[in-house]
This record gives sequence, C-alpha cells and structure tokens, in this order.
Amino acid sequence: MPALLDHRLIFVTGKGGVGKTTIARGLGLLGAQQGRRVIIAELTPTCPEGGIAEIELDENLFFIAVDPQAAMEEYLRIKGGAVGSVLAHSRLFATLAMATPGLRELLGMGKIWELAQLERRTRDGDAYDLVVVDAPATGHGVAALRTPRVFADTARVGPIAAHAAAIATTIAEPDFTAVVAVTVAEEMPVRETLSLADTLADDGLQLDAVVLNQHRAARFSAEEDEQIAAALAARSPIRPGDAVAGALSAARSARARAEAQREHADALTARFGDRLVRVPALSDDPEGLAPAVAHALVKGL
Amino acid sequence: MNVPELLAGRRICVCAGSGGVGKTTTSAVIGLGMAARGLRVCVITIDPARRLATALGLNELSNEPRRVDVARWRTGLTPGTGDPPGTAADVEPAAGELWAMMLDPKQTFDDLIDAAAPTVERAAAIKANGIYRQLSSAVAGSQEFTAVSKLYELAQSDRFDLLVLDTPPARNALDFLEAPQRLTGFLDGRALQALARPTGLGVRLLGVGAAPLLSGLKRITGLDLVSDITTFLGLLGPMAETFGHRARAVEALLRSPETAFLLIASAQAGSIDEAVWFAESLERRQLPFSGVIVNRFHHDLVGPTPLGDLEAALTAALGGDTDLAVRVAETMAAYHALAVRDDAELDRLRTRLGEVPLLAVPQFDAEITDVSGLARIHAYLFGSEAERAALIATLTA
Ligand SMILES: Nc1ncnc2c1ncn2[C@@H]1O[C@H](COP(=O)(O)OP(=O)(O)OP(=O)(O)O)[C@@H](O)[C@H]1O
Ligand SMILES: Nc1ncnc2c1ncn2[C@@H]1O[C@H](COP(=O)(O)OP(=O)(O)OP(=O)(O)O)[C@@H](O)[C@H]1O
Ligand SMILES: [Mg+2]
Ligand SMILES: [Mg+2]
Repeated sequence: MPALLDHRLIFVTGKGGVGKTTIARGLGLLGAQQGRRVIIAELTPTCPEGGIAEIELDENLFFIAVDPQAAMEEYLRIKGGAVGSVLAHSRLFATLAMATPGLRELLGMGKIWELAQLERRTRDGDAYDLVVVDAPATGHGVAALRTPRVFADTARVGPIAAHAAAIATTIAEPDFTAVVAVTVAEEMPVRETLSLADTLADDGLQLDAVVLNQHRAARFSAEEDEQIAAALAARSPIRPGDAVAGALSAARSARARAEAQREHADALTARFGDRLVRVPALSDDPEGLAPAVAHALVKGL
Repeated sequence: MNVPELLAGRRICVCAGSGGVGKTTTSAVIGLGMAARGLRVCVITIDPARRLATALGLNELSNEPRRVDVARWRTGLTPGTGDPPGTAADVEPAAGELWAMMLDPKQTFDDLIDAAAPTVERAAAIKANGIYRQLSSAVAGSQEFTAVSKLYELAQSDRFDLLVLDTPPARNALDFLEAPQRLTGFLDGRALQALARPTGLGVRLLGVGAAPLLSGLKRITGLDLVSDITTFLGLLGPMAETFGHRARAVEALLRSPETAFLLIASAQAGSIDEAVWFAESLERRQLPFSGVIVNRFHHDLVGPTPLGDLEAALTAALGGDTDLAVRVAETMAAYHALAVRDDAELDRLRTRLGEVPLLAVPQFDAEITDVSGLARIHAYLFGSEAERAALIATLTA
C-alpha cells in the first residue's frame, strides 16, 4: 500500500461545507512541494461556467474545473470522429445526454481518469504525477465514484461501456486511487463519514484517510476550567467592555466547543485509528490557508 | 427587522444556502417561532440530525406532516431556572400549530407516479422500470425534485398558514431549483421523444439529421440504455406532460409574492460572493429574495486589547497563574481574529446587498440538538433590534 500522496488519483469527498476544497488544495500543495506535478480537479455537480482548461497555480501545481458538458464535448471530439463533432455541437444532444441519469457523473469521471493517464489523450496534455479530485459532497461524490461501474453494467455494449469499465477498474485499484473523507467533529458529518466507509466497503473500496478538519484540541483541563469560571464569577456584575471577562468567557467557550467535539472525535478514532488525520481550525486569511493546511497534513500523514 | 416582519403576508418560506450552514436548524426555529405566534405552520425538513429530529418528535421519514407534540418542546428545558431570555415561554404556541415532516424522496416520487398513472398496472410497471428506479433514488435531483413537489402539494390545501421549506445539502444555494428542472427536462422527455420519432420537430429545427444523432447516442451510451429509456418514456406516455405542467406550476408558486426566499450563510470567506450571486440569480428568475441570515457569527465582545496588558490582567484575575493566563489570552486573540473577520464580512455583505435585511445568529458552543438550542436561536431571529442588542451584550458573561 503506497503512502497517500504516492497514489495517482486522490478522491476527496465529505459532507457539504466541511472543508473538501480546503483539504484538496492542501494535499495538492503538499504534493507539489514534494516535487510532484499535481493537478487539483474540481468535480462540480452543476456547471455554472463552462470550460475545461488546465490553469497553472504555482510551480508544479495546476487546477482544472471539470464541467461535464465541456468534458462531453471533448470526449466526442476525441472519440466520435466526424459524427462526434456534429454531436458535440448539437444542443439537443447535449440536453439529452446531460439529462440521462448518471451520464454527467460519468463524463466528469472520464475527464478525471484522462487527467490521471500517463499517456494523455488530449493534444499537448502533459502527464501528472498526482490528480487530487475536489469531489462533490458525500452523496454526489459516492455517485460519481460508482457511476462508471453502474454504467459498465447497464450499457453492456459499445465504447462507453468499455470506457466505463476501464474507469471503474482504475478506481478499484488501491495502488492507483485513494479515497479521502473530510469531516468536522459534529454529529451529521461524522455519521456521514461512518456510513461512507460502509458504502465504500460494499463496493470493495476503502477510505485511505479521514481528515478531521477544524479540529479544536482541548486547551484547558477541567480544573483549569473551574479556575476560569471562578475568576469570571468574581468579576460579576460584568461591566461592558471588560476585556478580562471577555477573555475568560472566550476561554470557557473554547473549552465547551472542544468538549462538544470530543465525543465525535473519539468515534472517528475508534473506527479509523491511525488513518485519522487532524487538521486544526486555522484562522488564516484565504491565501495563507492552503500552506497552513499542507503543513498540518504533513505532520498527520 | 426580524423574521416575523420578514414573513408578514407570506405563505411560503424557503431556506436556501450551501452545505452545512444551518438550513435545517433555521427552518425548525422559524417553524417554532411562527407557530408560537399563532400560525398553523408546516416545516418540510430534509435529513435533520438525529437528535434534532428526535427533539421535534420526528423519528422516521414520513410523507405526511405530523403534528409536533408541544409537550416535547419542554424536554430539555427547565423553565424558570435561569434560562437565558427568550427560551421556554417564548416558543410555546398560543393558538398556533407546528407540523413537520422529514421528506422521503423515494416515497414521494412513488406517490407522484401513483397519483398520475391511469391504472394501477401502469404505475407498477413504471416503478419496476430500471431507469425509474435510478431516477427516483439518485442523489442528484430526486431530493430537490420531490421537495418542491411536496411544497406545491401542501400549498394547494388550506391546512397551513405557512410552509417552511428546508432545502437539501448542495454545493450552491440554487441547486434545489436547477436540479428539478433537469429532472423535469428528462421526464418531460421532449428531446427523447423527438429522437424516438425521427421526423420530430426538435430534430429538424436543429438542422441535424436524426440518424447520426441516434447512432451517436448508441455510440455514446450503449444500446441497452437507449432502449431502456425509450421503454420508460413509452410507459410514462402522456404522464410526462403532467410533470411538465407541475414544474411550471411550482415555478409560478415560487415566484408569487407570497413566497420568501431566505439565504442562510456563514460569515466565512466566500459567503459574500455566494450571497451576491444568490441575490442576482433570484432576481434573474424573478424570485422573491427576502433576506440573509448570517449564522454562526462571532461577535466582537470587547474590542482589541494589547496582548501584554491582557496577560498581566488575566494573571491577576487567575490568582497569579501565568501559564493559564497566557493560554487564555491566546484563546482570546484567536477568537478576536474570528470576530474581526466576521464583522468585516458582515459589513461587506451589507454594502453589497444594499437594502436586503440581514440577521446575525451567533456561533454557540454546542450543536443545536434540542428545543432549548432552537429557543436560543429563536431569540435572535424573532426579537426586536433592542432585544438582540441586549442579548449580544450578555454573551460576554
Ligand atoms: N482548517 C480550517 N481552518 C480554517 N478555516 C477553514 C478550515 N477548513 C475550511 N475552512 C473554511 O471553511 C469554509 C468551507 O471550506 P471549504 O470550501 O473547503 O468546504 P467544502 O467542503 O469544499 O464546501 P462545499 O461543500 O461547499 O464545496 C471556507 O471558508 C474555508 O476557508
Ligand atoms: N448558531 C449555531 N451555533 C452552533 N452550532 C450550530 C449553529 N447553527 C447550526 N449549528 C450546527 O451546525 C450543524 C449544521 O446545521 P444544519 O444541519 O442546520 O445545517 P444544514 O445547512 O441543514 O446542513 P446540510 O447542508 O447538511 O443540510 C448542526 O450540527 C447544527 O447543530
Ligand atoms: Mg468545495
Ligand atoms: Mg440540512
């Protein structure tokens, strides 16, 4: 089993808003810092803006937003020959294809797969050592992971079935593809992570790492909390703008929040053991966040 | 401005927002608060946290609203024992009723088919079809589609004065409008029907021969799938149009001045852009945008304090424990940084959105899993400007 960053494809999923994009960027940056040629691919369930260009973010670090429609057009041009380019420009065909259950997900995954090939199919496409997929939230993310298999089974003939089967095989290859779940220590995200692990297991896949994001380590013991509470009580009635009281109550809050997280963090540790990586809540500006996350990840991986 | 003012004269309140911002929690609070003001309210929730569902007395998915038992609202509450203002008594309904349902997308979909199919046999055939099974249980779209469907259905009756719609987790706040459209586009099946009848208008209009399209489709998807889809649409037959009609009726309902769209947002980076984009998108669709609730807000409690001074003062307050004082001061500095960020974001939001009402709800220390938690949020959403200011002042203590 290779180390996480030595996979060719890392699929990052998790409940909405838990930090998938942030962790995907952190992983991508870390991979690039270690000398890999990395692309972060945002796999969007909807397509606000079209386009499928590979953008250079930094040395060795690229970004692509995978729009299923653009992915389809590209696929048609490469595979479909003359008919393909007619289809690529047909609005009717696009509507049809986009509405066909699962086809959007399949096309997105097809593009991801293409990015991860050493022999790229697109003209002047250079190979990447690592593709980090910023996948949609759990439900959609699992759908995307599963679609190739489902398609390969449903559409038994034709090139897409063969293509879907190839993608499905790649996804199921543990040395090639890794799946990372991001979560925060709250009831719903943790529950989703646990059930994600079960769902993947049913498909013969596993979670290679679970990132506990926005983790708040306990900074105050129970005794210290009492000490702080007593000091706060001694200042009562609190006059407005009392900075000491403000600091004391902020400390009590921080402890309460860390305590509230503990039960959930324990459940994750029990299930995932050393596959669990903690990334603290970093109150950085957006630019500083990715390096800080990369730094936190390097310690945890 | 507060929620009752925002919702005056409205029959539908849609709580939209990106994943995990607090849509389900806020919907429950709004339902509770409006029922307490004497309305018959129904909250359509989607996948609530188990403890919150239990607190509302909802233990399983159901497709029919259930009356929320008022006695349950008091569990976890100890009235008169130093609860913060705006808790127990404030959320007990006077003459109002609170109803809630946890949406079951698959069942709602099946019900739709049962209602629209001409015969029981036809309904059974559709429900057994592979494409239907995929559609009705696919994550992408089925929750959104059935949620607005249910909303429409409940709006047709006079059972409720107000319907509060929680929206499914999504990457962006408009997904729940777009996903049903995609699904209806498919069910409505015009594109596919045009293909099935190669001389159909659609094909000719686009100036593309049907033969290459059909063979292209085969090439792309494999034959079996195409025939599955054709069978499915054949089964649906004229029912497909029913879905189209319904979709248009839902659009009209959402557009009506009796509907209010609330955006639930966090104060974290990116929420401004999202809110502005949401406002513009609603406007483009002529949908009524009524306000933003900025959830999990960090209030600046005391303003900036030089760290050195604070450490000294804290050391004194903590009986000379310097080590503890330093850590308390650091915690305060971290909190303060968040508060400054949130404040700046709120200001930017105010500037960008202009007249749109904005309400902030603080970040609480624990998850909101019971009625007393909901009551705490209630105080911020339903109180007057002055009451809110008083509450924020007590956050320090
Ligand atoms: N460890 C962290 N420390 C501080 N802020 C963080 C951290 N992780 C994420 N955030 C912030 O939390 C917010 C949500 O994170 P992010 O966008 O990565 O989540 P996501 O899971 O990709 O969301 P979505 O489901 O909407 O795509 C962002 O504002 C991000 O800056
Ligand atoms: N003001 C708050 N303070 C502290 N915790 C909160 C607050 N508001 C919501 N939460 C907590 O945040 C979590 C997410 O809230 P909620 O489930 O309402 O979000 P949502 O937008 O419905 O999420 P999803 O997109 O997954 O449906 C819950 O654990 C809830 O208890
Ligand atoms: Mg994201
Ligand atoms: Mg929710």
